[in-house]
Amino acid sequence: MTSDVDAAAVKPAAPVWRAHGGARRSTHALRLRVSAALVAVTVLAVLLVPPLVQLDQQAVDLAAKLEPPSWAHPFGTDDVGRDLLLRCVYGLRVSLLVGVVAALTATVIGTAVGAAAGALGGRADRLVMRLVDTLSSVPHLLLGIFIVAMFRPGVWPVVISVALTHWLSTARIVRAEVLSLRSRPFVDAAVSGGSSRWRVTVRHLLPGVLPQAGLAAVLMVPHAMWHESALSFLGLGLPTHTASLGTLIQSARGSLLAGQWWPTLFPGLFLIVPTLAVAGLAGAWRERINPRRRSELML
Amino acid sequence: MTHAPWRAMARLTARRALYAVPVLLVVTFGVFAVAAASPFDPVKAYAGTAALGADQDTLDRLRENLGVDRPFTARWWDWLTSALGGDLGHSTVMRQPVAEVIGERLLWSTLLCAVAFAAAVLLGTVLGVLAARRPGSFTDRAVTSAAYVLEAAPVFWIALLAVWLFALRLDVLPAGGLTDTGSDRVTFGGLVQHLVLPAGVLAVSQLPWFTLYVRQGVGDALMEDPVRGARARGVGERTVLLGHALRSGLLPVLTLIGSRVPELITGALLVETVFSWPGIASATVEAATAVDFPLLAALTTLATAAVLAGNLLADLLYGLVDPRVKLEEM
Repeated sequence: MTSDVDAAAVKPAAPVWRAHGGARRSTHALRLRVSAALVAVTVLAVLLVPPLVQLDQQAVDLAAKLEPPSWAHPFGTDDVGRDLLLRCVYGLRVSLLVGVVAALTATVIGTAVGAAAGALGGRADRLVMRLVDTLSSVPHLLLGIFIVAMFRPGVWPVVISVALTHWLSTARIVRAEVLSLRSRPFVDAAVSGGSSRWRVTVRHLLPGVLPQAGLAAVLMVPHAMWHESALSFLGLGLPTHTASLGTLIQSARGSLLAGQWWPTLFPGLFLIVPTLAVAGLAGAWRERINPRRRSELML
Repeated sequence: MTHAPWRAMARLTARRALYAVPVLLVVTFGVFAVAAASPFDPVKAYAGTAALGADQDTLDRLRENLGVDRPFTARWWDWLTSALGGDLGHSTVMRQPVAEVIGERLLWSTLLCAVAFAAAVLLGTVLGVLAARRPGSFTDRAVTSAAYVLEAAPVFWIALLAVWLFALRLDVLPAGGLTDTGSDRVTFGGLVQHLVLPAGVLAVSQLPWFTLYVRQGVGDALMEDPVRGARARGVGERTVLLGHALRSGLLPVLTLIGSRVPELITGALLVETVFSWPGIASATVEAATAVDFPLLAALTTLATAAVLAGNLLADLLYGLVDPRVKLEEM
């Protein structure tokens, strides 16, 4: 489940068989629309529900504890009678925020390191990429667990541990892109015109890699959310009072063993849906850039 | 493939072993550096609640005895030299030497991962071939969509739902552990019974990746000249699919197995914890929860070594399967 963006590089070549003509176009358009709608609903829900809906997600109602899904509580209630739909929306908000901040941090680190390695070249490049290779030999979640265990507890250790384990693939992508841009005529022209190395990097190379880095960042958000929820589920992530989707699943374990499935099921679905939607959007985007390549789900 | 390039394989293995030395040095150094930069205090971890009532002198003496007053580079070097002698320190949470913890638990983790991976490879091959046989068909769409959804589902969530369904609702399988409650003798029947759920969930988490790769590999092979030639000669569809397309499509995928070790470790960390499986992955989580630094450092190093070994295995298999690959260049 933690395959990197660079895992695409080792994937077998794309198949040439596929649906043709109108049928293909309509399936793709449908997938794009559904994915875009799901992403929009997710973002709007986490932005608008908390300020607009006058309901308290922490409202405890012991008389209505562990009620199965009903019209009053579509997702049911948890072990102290809190509405699970509302809890899930708030949990998604926390998870999404952690995911976005961690993905942005990782992208900034990865772009800076990758661009520096590509622009400097030579020994510095070899040293940096060796370090990147070395760090990728430690499984992400394990490194994350280690960092969080040492710096616990709080939101920031989680963000930092996810960011520190995810910049490697971005660094590789950005470096490769910089290396290919470096040999283009406009860079030669800038160098012959007397531009400094710094100016060439910032004005000519970085703008060229930003689309790639941006796509990697968007794809990283679901992955970062997954990491956050895995850490929180293990009890090493966010404290229980800032409920994320991971802490919701973690705190539902007690009621699950008592036979109540709904406090576990729904937070998990809230993780799956945005992941699939983002993957669908990215697939459509990649197909537009490179129509011969069949899109793959990357997580 | 006329003969296996044993000599080249041996040379590649030796080269990788040499390469692993700096990698492990850097990783262990990083582990000690992160610990030194963190608020974690080995003295308090050692003394536990007793540290609360202890006076400053006692704490200082303890600090000196443990060697914590020295810079982390010196402690890293000490740890490294004694680790080479087989002494990995003492685990506070397990109350036994770290080497013993690993020795006792490594077998169970290996068993779990091996069974899960074998199941994922077998089932993934079947599903991948079924999907690739007729692209765009109902089977293909069903298998592909299911794979995408499973790939997006968190493995601990699947594990919890599996516990609910099989252990609580249907009551056919135990919810966790290695033995039934009240006994600690591991019998073969009991082991199989306790292994089914965790291995099944771990297999399901590895399944989507494998299915999609096989589907793509076999689908590509079905479009190639050897298959077209076989069909033109009038070879049956079954032989074409299993004898030609599967053989050439599956081999490159099989070689990628070694590079899946990080994902397997990630899955094992979560699955072993949900099912209280007494392996090293669940020990890692326990060590992290209790901030048991010696155990955590040793297990991080061990996992890194496993990843490197997996990468080596992938490259070796690749050289065996595809004679055009030059092992000297890897």
